[in-house]
Amino acid sequence: MRPVYAISGGVSKFAKARPDKTFPALAKEAYDYAIADIGLDFPTFTKIVDGSVASYFSDHFTRQLMAAIMGQGYLGLLPKPSHRVEGGGATGGICFQEAWKSVASGHMDVCAAYGFETMSHVETWKGNEFIALASDVSTDYPVGGFYSGYYAMMVTRHMKEYGTTVEQMAHVSVKNHINAYHNPYAQKRNRYTIQDVRDAVMVAWPLTRLDICVMSDGAASTILASEEGIKKLEAAGAQIPRPLVKVTGVGRGTDAMRMADRPHVDYDFFMENYATQQEKDSNDTKAYYKDLWAHGTRYPGVHSFRAGRTAGNMAYDHAGIYDPIAELDFVELHDAYTSSEIQTYEDLGLCRYGEGGPFAASGKAFLPNVEYDLDLPKETACAVNPSGGLIACGHPVGATGLMQAVFAIWQLQNTVSKHFKDDTLQIKDAKRGAIHSHAGTGTYVTVSVLENE
Amino acid sequence: MTMLPKKRPETLGGYIVHNVPFPKELTPEALEWLKKMAPIQIEQPYSITYQHSYAQDSPWFAGLTNKKLLANQDPETGYTYATPRGHDMYTGQETNWIDITDRHAEIHAFTVCHFGSEEFLAETPFVLVLVEFEGVDTLLLSRLLGIDPLDASIDWVGMEVKPKFLRNSKLKPTDVYFVPA
Repeated sequence: MRPVYAISGGVSKFAKARPDKTFPALAKEAYDYAIADIGLDFPTFTKIVDGSVASYFSDHFTRQLMAAIMGQGYLGLLPKPSHRVEGGGATGGICFQEAWKSVASGHMDVCAAYGFETMSHVETWKGNEFIALASDVSTDYPVGGFYSGYYAMMVTRHMKEYGTTVEQMAHVSVKNHINAYHNPYAQKRNRYTIQDVRDAVMVAWPLTRLDICVMSDGAASTILASEEGIKKLEAAGAQIPRPLVKVTGVGRGTDAMRMADRPHVDYDFFMENYATQQEKDSNDTKAYYKDLWAHGTRYPGVHSFRAGRTAGNMAYDHAGIYDPIAELDFVELHDAYTSSEIQTYEDLGLCRYGEGGPFAASGKAFLPNVEYDLDLPKETACAVNPSGGLIACGHPVGATGLMQAVFAIWQLQNTVSKHFKDDTLQIKDAKRGAIHSHAGTGTYVTVSVLENE
Repeated sequence: MTMLPKKRPETLGGYIVHNVPFPKELTPEALEWLKKMAPIQIEQPYSITYQHSYAQDSPWFAGLTNKKLLANQDPETGYTYATPRGHDMYTGQETNWIDITDRHAEIHAFTVCHFGSEEFLAETPFVLVLVEFEGVDTLLLSRLLGIDPLDASIDWVGMEVKPKFLRNSKLKPTDVYFVPA
């Protein structure tokens, strides 16, 4: 595999509804931004780009089969190679990784990854029904298919096992909404308090409306290139910012569609197959986990995402990361629910399993230069969702994982101020970050590590 | 005192429109103005009936109809699935059917859905549970009845429950549900 660079990105405005544009035109909004950001015009870039990967989740939302080829045509990419990927909420993350593969393998020198979703075409509760069809239609969906309900069940188990509280979850909502206050691309830019989150309408106990992301229309695009691709683009006049942003870690994991089918493995199997290397090397952590298992914890059950841990371990191994919280400056992770952000802290080794709740309220995942009006006992260790995440930015499914990639590219290019017209969210001297894309209910998870050179 | 909601619910439907505003003459100015036109939004109904087969899982649904809760078991390892599964995920072998109707059962995880997918909105609030059974390795998603949904508590996890069956089977997984034992 040869080096791959994420050289540019663009995001459309995410909104509850974008009836002003068809989905191909929405994708073009993000795609054009990515091209313009390296100073090229459309025909020049079109001549150089070798192909694309397209990302959208649901044929139901578009009521259009083969929507990706319509995108390919609208973006002027015909007859270049392309394919559509789909993996639930992780579709965007998978798209980014498939574009990486196209370049890393030598098949392409320049590859465009673009994604979109237009969820406003149906009413909210019909949209929830479409999403719930991503559960077994024989055994699960008919029982009362509802994704917020599925995630709520996971967190009740997390609460029972580890003592996680609703106030700890609300810290995630406050953090991500207030971060997004400085992100003009975000759908929801509001300042909330812990009390606001708890007083919001209860959707699926204990998750309130402010614990849950909203549905969106939106698109995102990134451009990936090899060293040869960068030379071709620059020879044509492209101005690619330095330092370059390199993709250094790629990992992906899976788990059973039916949460009920997930295993409950013992301590030894967990340590051998799922523990991070850092956990394996720590006698203190081994003793901590032995104690958890002695009190009845089994892994992953429904309280943890084995796919997320697998993807993280694989990406860290690829990128040479041993101590994620010390070696990552930020993580853009899939916070469709405040509870799943907490579960993901643990999967990604930012803290140990069972410590996600206290970690959420500690301040370690918050930005240092943002006022949250919270009493946070610890300083920032690794900012999580500095963009505002899905909870505040929105979640147009096929675009979401690519949106994370774009925000990560801008962090590592040190260009947040240019794109947001506000430098509040720029992490000072950011060197390395991770993006994490997750399909319900933890079925597909991708983790990609990006760093600047 | 009952308060009226502050907002009218948003619904589809309304008048059928047979024309929309458009310039009477397509002058250059009028053609340019078309770019500023608000989008036309229409309704596209879509309805379909699938002929769905429960295939190798059919005995599980037949069991519910006859007030029996079946599970699948690997013939060699004994690994047991509470939700029907024709082949074991570790050995790849075809599983056998066993009866777990009278096994000790308790709530592993739960939620109270105050909203839901459109198909289930009318049933809210309802309680979803993942049920664990003695000697069974995986869980079963089901509904819990016989409790107050407005009194949800984390202490519900671990509650002993027992299965109940619909007298008039619908051949759906909701033919079985659980109540406190």
